[in-house]
Order: sequence, then structure tokens, then C-alpha cells
Amino acid sequence: MSETKTLESTRIKRIIGPKLNIKQGCIDLSHGSGGRASAQLIEQLFFAAFDNEWLAQKNDQACFSIKAGRMVMTTDAHVISPLFFPGGDIGSLAVNGTINDIAMSGAKPLHLSASFILEEGFPLSDLQKIATSMATAARAANVAIITGDTKVVERGKGDGVFITTTGIGVVADGIMISGDKARPGDKVLVSGYVGDHGVAIMSLRNNLRFSTTIESDTAALHDLVSHMINAAPSLHCLRDPTRGGIATSLNEWALQSQVGFIIDECKIPIRTEVASACELLGLDAMYVANEGKLLAICAPEESDSLLTVMRAHPQGLNAAIIGEVVHDPRCFVQLQTSTGGMRMMDWLAGEQLPRIC
Amino acid sequence: MKYIEEFRNADYAKTLAKAIAQQAHPGKHYRLMEFCGGHTHTIHRYGLPSLLPGNVEMIHGPGCPVCVLPIARIDKAIALATMPDVILCSYGDMLRVPGSGQQSLLQAKARGADVRMVYSVDDALTIAEQNPNKEVVFFAIGFETTTPPTAYVIKQAEKLHLTNFSVFCNHVLTPVAMDSLLQMQNVTTHPSSRACEGSPKRSGDPSQARDDVREAGSVNLDGFVGPAHVSIVIGSQAYETVSQKYNKPIVIAGFEPLDVLHSILMLIEQINDNRCCVEIQYTRAVTREGNLRSQMLMAEVLELRSSFEWRGLGFIPHSALQIKSAFANFDAEKRFNLPETAGVEHKQCDCGAILRGQKKPSDCKLFAKVCTPENPLGSCMVSSEGACAAVYAYGRAGAHA
Repeated sequence: MSETKTLESTRIKRIIGPKLNIKQGCIDLSHGSGGRASAQLIEQLFFAAFDNEWLAQKNDQACFSIKAGRMVMTTDAHVISPLFFPGGDIGSLAVNGTINDIAMSGAKPLHLSASFILEEGFPLSDLQKIATSMATAARAANVAIITGDTKVVERGKGDGVFITTTGIGVVADGIMISGDKARPGDKVLVSGYVGDHGVAIMSLRNNLRFSTTIESDTAALHDLVSHMINAAPSLHCLRDPTRGGIATSLNEWALQSQVGFIIDECKIPIRTEVASACELLGLDAMYVANEGKLLAICAPEESDSLLTVMRAHPQGLNAAIIGEVVHDPRCFVQLQTSTGGMRMMDWLAGEQLPRIC
Repeated sequence: MKYIEEFRNADYAKTLAKAIAQQAHPGKHYRLMEFCGGHTHTIHRYGLPSLLPGNVEMIHGPGCPVCVLPIARIDKAIALATMPDVILCSYGDMLRVPGSGQQSLLQAKARGADVRMVYSVDDALTIAEQNPNKEVVFFAIGFETTTPPTAYVIKQAEKLHLTNFSVFCNHVLTPVAMDSLLQMQNVTTHPSSRACEGSPKRSGDPSQARDDVREAGSVNLDGFVGPAHVSIVIGSQAYETVSQKYNKPIVIAGFEPLDVLHSILMLIEQINDNRCCVEIQYTRAVTREGNLRSQMLMAEVLELRSSFEWRGLGFIPHSALQIKSAFANFDAEKRFNLPETAGVEHKQCDCGAILRGQKKPSDCKLFAKVCTPENPLGSCMVSSEGACAAVYAYGRAGAHA
């Protein structure tokens, strides 16, 4: 296939200006001017990392042919603090996050764009690390970053770097996955441990000062999804529970599908370290962000085979069936607690932690 | 982690629930107040009402520090935060509590005030050290649990010779509040000057709370699930007087769901046996004497206020602490010229009656309609320990709302 071939190296030659001092240099306002310094930065840092035939054409847009099927498009802004964290960085997060949003429609992700807002004074070495991390994540997912934009804001007007990625993908005919397709009786599955990303980020915030071995779970899930679709062709809903955690995704689905949920707290996979950290911080892990997990809803007769396929995939080793869809005109998500009581699992109120992704 | 698994075990919970159902006499209604917001949160988070028999009713008490702080004090904090060169440090929940005219610290922050959320008073001290050209004020709230750290940090600030750090002290005392609550219950109905219909409630009016009590009728409490962390500091003996004076059993309980169920069972047994004493269920942390070092630290730095206003309970003599004059340099109330604040509550907000246990959150006209966690009109909807927030988040689906 031509798309696959074009991802292979097409080394972009350095044309403009002297070599950037990536080791010691930093972003200044001229890098956003659109002039020579901008071109230098884009060529030597971004093109060098992302390296594909569309970027090599150096147009203000990328032109590509499309396959049959329905197209999917999504966009995601990333403002996480800190930029580097155990298990990933803003770069891998920006790529995986958008790939996952595409994949949750059942689509195969194809191309990404990346827009950078850089703060004056940001070290070029950090920017290179981020670009390299984006390139690695994109290559691993067989997706190319084919167009982009760079702007620079004055010192104090940004926080290092903000990255917006937009992605497109194609859904094969016959796959109709959507948040409004949950039906009473359907089963709810989660692909693995919840809350890892949020707790990993929280442990780094300077006013918390606790140490943990928890790493962010940031990962692209499209391959897991393609296996799941093979096992359960009539998969009803998929969502990656990022900000707001699994509680928020379930509440969104409840409204979209006009149903209720009954979730069994004991069945939700959670690492002891994450549960302990949440206790300590007064958080509820059901609301803590994930960056490499998905929730799925399928017909009850397909749930066991779906679970088997998920558990056979590296991204779904700890997958579990955690509850079911029920008839409820109030659209309530209810939790059977570990203690045996029953209670609501409502929308997240307020903000658990700002700038988590 | 032991506490997560063992103290939440569903099998033990079932056993305890069964014992409660067996002990509770079918013909009797047990009205038990959990004083602490922490217990309110546990009760709803683990769905405990669904495990209790219908004749065992949990009534939510005023022990949520965010909830009982009167609006006038929040207005003062907002005034402090908006003063030039001031950094106001506060625990997270306080940021969203609406003051007069539904203004909050969070809104003051959005408009440019330097308000910082801290997890520990220690962080406020660090911010003061890092910002020598700013006045750093810690908005201290809470019962006896958070008081020793405040006292400690004041001493620490003195030791470090910090000249830009002060504390806006709002620490309140649990046993005094319990006494006041029970005293209100004993008030018999007689003619009183009712507030005019439609006029805004002035939280600064000391007679208001007692008027409200008369309007709503008295709550007959049979006993208390006593505070967990507060009792670690002050010990169980601190409640002995109030328990005897009003003939109410008190069982001091831990914050895990099994702790709460166990303490309910212990209370029912006391009531059935016609006993009345202060018992400790939370034996893994609480002693009769409490933490003497913390008590001494508090006594060294802080002293009783002659009177302090509580939301829902009105002005209660000797119910709060202020910073001793020896530490006046660290007292924000002495350091800054704070404006007199009226403290105007939303006129339909029932937080007061809810804090006294006279009304349930669902009795309030605003509850879940215009007052939600996203748009709280009263303090009980803000903190996760507030009765309204707990019922809203966890309890609406069941019959126990």
C-alpha cells in the first residue's frame, strides 16, 4: 500500500541557514516570525524528527488520497504540566491521545497534524526530545504527522509548550460504533488498570511531594480496537476515559443512549498503589484520568469472546467486565460498592486536578 | 493496603448490617447523628443507608469545617485576597464556597487575586519564604484536626523570623458545637420574632439560628457517631460532659465503612440497654486522653474567642480559637484592617437547618435544581464532606436521599 511505503524515510535536506544549537539554544520570538529562523526550526527540528514525504514537499498543507469508507476527524489540545513524566511526555501524549480519539470510532488512524505554541525561552533540547517522542509514537502506530504549525508567545504568556494534534482516519463499512448505541442488558468492559496516568502526574506536582513508582499508561489503542472489532463485530460503544475518568465516560454514555449503568466496584481493575495514592489525596480513582485505557460496551452474548481477545492483547492484559447497561430513564450510573452498598457515581464536580493532559 | 481492603470488606459489612437489623427493635425509630462530614461522606460513598434497616436513620451533623464557616468570614477572606501584594493560601474546598452575592475565592482568583490552593499549611509557609515581598496569609479553617498544624506553623514562622506570614484563624471546637446543637433541641416552642418573609437572611444575626430551630421544630437525636480525627487530638474524654449533660450516647468511629457500621451497632446497643457513655470504636487511633503534645501546642499559641459565629448554629460562646497576643504579628485579623462584612446568605438556602440536622438536603427547594456542585448556592453543596454534596453525588438514585 502506498501509504505504508511513504512512511519510510525520505530524508529531508537542510536548506536554510546554519545549524541550530539544539543543545544550548532556546526558543526566541524570531522562531515564530515566519522568517528564516522559523524555517530553520521547522526543518532542523520538526522535519528531522517527523520525516515523511508530505512534509518534504514543504507546502502549507498536505495532499493525500483517501480510501473507501467513512472518514473520522478529531482534534485535541495538550497543556499538561509537567511536560515530562514517568511513562511519557507531552509529545507521546499528544500523538496517542488523538490516535485514541480516532480509534474509538473503530477507525484506522491515518494522518496527524501538529500545532505548537512555544514560549519564548523554551530550551530547544527539550523541544527536540518532545518532537522525537512524537515521531516515535507516530511511527509505532504507523501514522504520519503530515502538516503542522509553530507559533511563539512571549515569556510568561505560555507554559513551555502547548501542542494541538488533529487526526483523521477511516472506518470500514459496517462498523457503527457510537456512544448512543448502549442497550439495556449490554455488558461494560474496561481494558485494564484505571487511574495510572492521573496519579503519575499528581505525584510530580511540587506541592504534593509524594513518590510513587506509578507510570502514565499513555499508549495508542487502535491495534487493540481492531482486534476487538474482529471478535465482536457488533461492538456498540468505545471510549477512552481520559479527563474525568471512567465515571465521566459512563455518565456521558448514559445520557447519549438514555440508559442507566450498574457497575461493580470490586470488578474494576485498579493497582494498589493507585488506590492508596487516591486515598491519601482524597480522590476517587473512578474520576482520575487514563491515557491508555478504553471502555467498551457490547451485546451480552459477545462479552466473553470480547474479553478473551482483549486479554490476549498487550494493551488489554488486565481487561475486565465491570458492569452492565440497565433501563433507567433518569440516566443514572450506579455503583455497587466494595462494601456491598449501592450508590450513585455522578459526573465529576469541579476540577480534580488542572492540566492533566 | 489494609484499610482499603479489610475495613471495606463486603462480608463483614453484611454481618454487621445483619446484627444491626437484629438489635434494632422494630417498634423503635433510631435517630443517630454522624457529627462529622467525613462520616457523612463515608455513609454515602459506600452506600451504607442501603444496608441499614428503615428504622435506623442517619442524620447529618454540622461537622464539615467548610460548611459551618459563616459567610461573613468568607467575605473577609475574599477582602484579604483582593488586597494588594497579598497571597492568600487556602485548602481547596474553601475556594468554591460562595460568600455574599455568590462571590467566591475562585472568582476573586479569576479576576486577578493571588489565591493559591495548598494541601498543607506547611506549603503556605514555603510560599512566604519564597515571596519575601508579598504578604502571605493562610486561611486557617477546621476543627481540632487541622488546628495543631496551624499552631505549629505559627511557631515555625516565629522561629524563621518571617515578617510576611500571617494566619486568618477560623478554627472551631467540636464539643462546644455539640453542646450548642443539643441545647437548641431542648428549646421549647414559644413566640419569637420571625424574620420577614423574603428578606435575605443575615448570617450575622445571632437570634436567627434559634428562630429557625423553632420554625423547624426540634430534632430528637438518640445518639452520635462521634468524630474520628478530631478525637485523635482531643481524646474521648472531651465529650463526656456533653454526653452526660444531655443523656446522649456517643461512639467515636473511624472513617472506614465498617467503622461506621460497627459504631451504629454499638450505639443501638447502648440505647437498647439504656446506657449513656462515650465509647471508642476507633480504638486503633483514639485514646481517652488524646494527643497531649498537640493539645499543649494549641494551648501555647491559641486561646478561646469569647464568641464565634457558626453557619446554622449562630453565635456560640467560647466555640472557636484565636491567636494569642504573644503571636499577634502572625494574626491576619490584627495585621490587616479587615472590613466589617455583613454576610448575606441566599434567602432560600437551607444550609442552616441541614447543618442542625433538622432538614435533609432533599427538603431544600434549591437542592439539585439550582444548587448543584457546579453552581453551589450554599456551603453544604461545596465540600465533599457537606451533606448536600454527598447526597447529590452518591445518594440521589436510592430511596435514602
